[in-house]
Amino acid sequence: MAKDKIIKSTREPLFHVVKRDDLAWWQAWGIRVVTILFSFVIVGLLCVLVADKSFGDSFDIMFTGVFGRLFEGNTTMLWKYLQEIAILLSLSLALTPAFKMKFWNCGAEGQALMGGLATIICMLEFGDKLSYGTLVTVIVITSIVAGAIWGLIPAIFKALFNTNETLFTLMMNYIATQIIAYYVYIKGGGSNVINPVEYGNFPTIGGNDYFVNIVTVAVITVVMYIYLKFSKQGYEISVVGESQNTARYIGINVKKVIIRTMLISGALCGVTGMLLVAGKDHSINVNSVGGQGFTAILMSWLGQFNPFIMVVMTAIVVFLRLGVAKVADTALLNSSYSEIMVGIVILMLVGCEFFIHYAIKFKHKKEVA
Amino acid sequence: MSKQPAIQLKNITKVFGKVIANKNVNLTAYRGEILSILGENGSGKTTLMNMISGIYFPDEGQIFIDGEEAVIASPKDAFTYKIGMIHQHFKLVDVFSAAENIVLGLNDGKYNLKESTAKIKDISEQYGFELEPEKKIYTMSVSEKQTVEIIKVLYRGADILILDEPTAVLTPQETEKLFAILRRMRDDGKCIIIITHKLHEVLSLSDKVAVLRKGEYVGTVNTAETNETELTEMMVGKKISLNIQRDEPIAPQDRLCVKNISCVDRIGTTVLDNISFTAKSGEILGIAGIAGSGQRELLESIAGLQQLTSGEITYHDPKTNKVENLRDKTPMQIRNLGVRLSFVPEDRLGMGLVGNMDIVDNMMLRSYRKGFSMFLERKKPKDLAEHIIDDLEVVTPSASTPVRRLSGGNVQKVLVGREIASSPTVLMAAYPVRGLDINSSYMIYNLLNEQKKKGVAVIFVGEDLDVLLELCDKIMVIGSGRITGIVDGRTATKEEIGLLMTKTAHDEEVNNG
Repeated sequence: MAKDKIIKSTREPLFHVVKRDDLAWWQAWGIRVVTILFSFVIVGLLCVLVADKSFGDSFDIMFTGVFGRLFEGNTTMLWKYLQEIAILLSLSLALTPAFKMKFWNCGAEGQALMGGLATIICMLEFGDKLSYGTLVTVIVITSIVAGAIWGLIPAIFKALFNTNETLFTLMMNYIATQIIAYYVYIKGGGSNVINPVEYGNFPTIGGNDYFVNIVTVAVITVVMYIYLKFSKQGYEISVVGESQNTARYIGINVKKVIIRTMLISGALCGVTGMLLVAGKDHSINVNSVGGQGFTAILMSWLGQFNPFIMVVMTAIVVFLRLGVAKVADTALLNSSYSEIMVGIVILMLVGCEFFIHYAIKFKHKKEVA
Repeated sequence: MSKQPAIQLKNITKVFGKVIANKNVNLTAYRGEILSILGENGSGKTTLMNMISGIYFPDEGQIFIDGEEAVIASPKDAFTYKIGMIHQHFKLVDVFSAAENIVLGLNDGKYNLKESTAKIKDISEQYGFELEPEKKIYTMSVSEKQTVEIIKVLYRGADILILDEPTAVLTPQETEKLFAILRRMRDDGKCIIIITHKLHEVLSLSDKVAVLRKGEYVGTVNTAETNETELTEMMVGKKISLNIQRDEPIAPQDRLCVKNISCVDRIGTTVLDNISFTAKSGEILGIAGIAGSGQRELLESIAGLQQLTSGEITYHDPKTNKVENLRDKTPMQIRNLGVRLSFVPEDRLGMGLVGNMDIVDNMMLRSYRKGFSMFLERKKPKDLAEHIIDDLEVVTPSASTPVRRLSGGNVQKVLVGREIASSPTVLMAAYPVRGLDINSSYMIYNLLNEQKKKGVAVIFVGEDLDVLLELCDKIMVIGSGRITGIVDGRTATKEEIGLLMTKTAHDEEVNNG
């Protein structure tokens, strides 16, 4: 035996992590649903601790904050809720084709702002010169083009020079924000506010201001699902995303697909900007998108790139954002409180994926009978 | 008894998700013996050894070293038990010298390269290694790198050595050298375990053979008392014949002519140098060579995936008798010319297929563009998928299972099935049986032979010289991107090809001059 005998480890590790892929889909979704419920409990408890409300009261306030007096037949708040979902969902849908291609478009914020900018320019400059129909057509076209261009620039650099698209799209956001700031500065006449414009607003249908926005996004949701799942272009996107080598091997022009997909992604962000400006705010400022372009990244992921799951995810997140904001309001807390709660829930949702893919084993069976 | 058990495994079980990699394995390895762990791919050989070397931790069971129970939770623990593993894929720092790599990570409080070098030289002399400790890794051949890996574990005082498929990357001559060294180590009282699936190596090298089948331990036999047929039966679980048929080519005609092609890689190194050959219809042309000698680039050049710097590739259409130039054409353009070229690439899941897509969607890769509709047509690919699953006995829960969930053999059947389905006139296959079990391998050989009979020009890049010699009509050997010889598959010998594989440009000049 060796002279310098080293102390050998004989203690077993406390636990070890084991990969598993034997979960049925309903088990995986079970874990996710439990996580969502659990995260709501945490949010409720934090409301008890921080906002000094009882657990039941917190959810009561949240519910009325989101749905208003729905049970008394007042649907105003419900429509507002749906409108908020529509905007976040629309951005998530816009990012999804790019993400499926593994092109990390973090520029939804900027692309949407550019679409919004195109819209407000049309409203201000041509509002009194064109007929309503022509004006709306021009708005639709220019906002799509503006968003598409903002998506195209990083795509071209990626395709030709293989630049890092994450940083590139992120930087494009700041450029867009500054352009908006500049435009608001000129048009706002020093007050840095553009007063709501009366031209080119989307019509009120059935007494509801947001009808156009909600229906547009509902249509995009269905079309996106079909596009990704059943179209040849959607198939090409998946192949390029999974393996560029395979794409080249079967003769797909990878550069073309990258550029085409980012045109679509950017264009849809542009549409969202248009919905925000022409369908909701009738004005613009640097916070018009309000960080939803980033939340959308998570929504697309949590929805597993499936438009219909994204509907559910955005509904949950928007509910929390509006509901907790109401709790914060009544407890005289500022708006960061609701953002923190949304952050906690999203973090838990991301974290639960670990338990879907891995199991933790504590026991180590030594002897087998 | 003079021989003591070095390692004993008792009821070792390891599970990955649904896959049972090892189930109740009991195994004993003695000092002064070479033990071969034999089993088909996926039978759990490497997993088992990884548990001894601390990379995985067993879910169940015990490991005894020298009769004492051991807990090996990390490679560091393994070293304290004097266990050293030489992995299939080397883990060396390219820009460091051999000596630097050997002492790397050894925390004994001093760093004295001179002393270490002396110790390395001692070890080399003792066992007969040939190694220059100052040589940088990136200038080394594969077999030299392997030597560094072996000395690395010996330097750390390992007396239980585990080698994972050590001969997969070696030429026959290098293999012999390695075996001589391993025998010397055995005589020195070390316990050597080698993982392999090559029967003749098992028979020529080891004292005992332990056979695994589908994660379960089948038994251990003394090498002297067994033969190839018995071992195969233990491995596969049933009797199979190990002969590959080889018919005479019927009316061979020039199908694909490659003339003086050269190409360089991204950093400007020549990877193909003046390659010329002709692939004829009804023939299987084998390509042999050490891994990374330009095989991949050659096939990719023909498939339109590599930019050439010179030379030309022409295709002789059997139907129209037209001659088409394929150089500088994209895969799309080649297909539009009506050239029916099928290609089974080396990287199955990274190039030939999309791992996360199901079998149906993978079938579509070749054909989805057909028709003017914007939408996909999944009916025909679905039929094709089901047809291939039936014909080639693909084991899968359904046609809508992602291909990455299939075993290696079934993945390859899906890929080869799809490539053959487009009734090619030229079929290129790069390492089509790598990682496949014996049954699947023989099915692939049969499929290639069927294509040959149909008059397809088959190009087969292989690594197992025995197979190349049994299957191919002609064998082209390449070394460092050049053709070092083209031999007749019926008359050539393994040694002849082995020599051609290591022949360099320098040798040629000496011979010519």
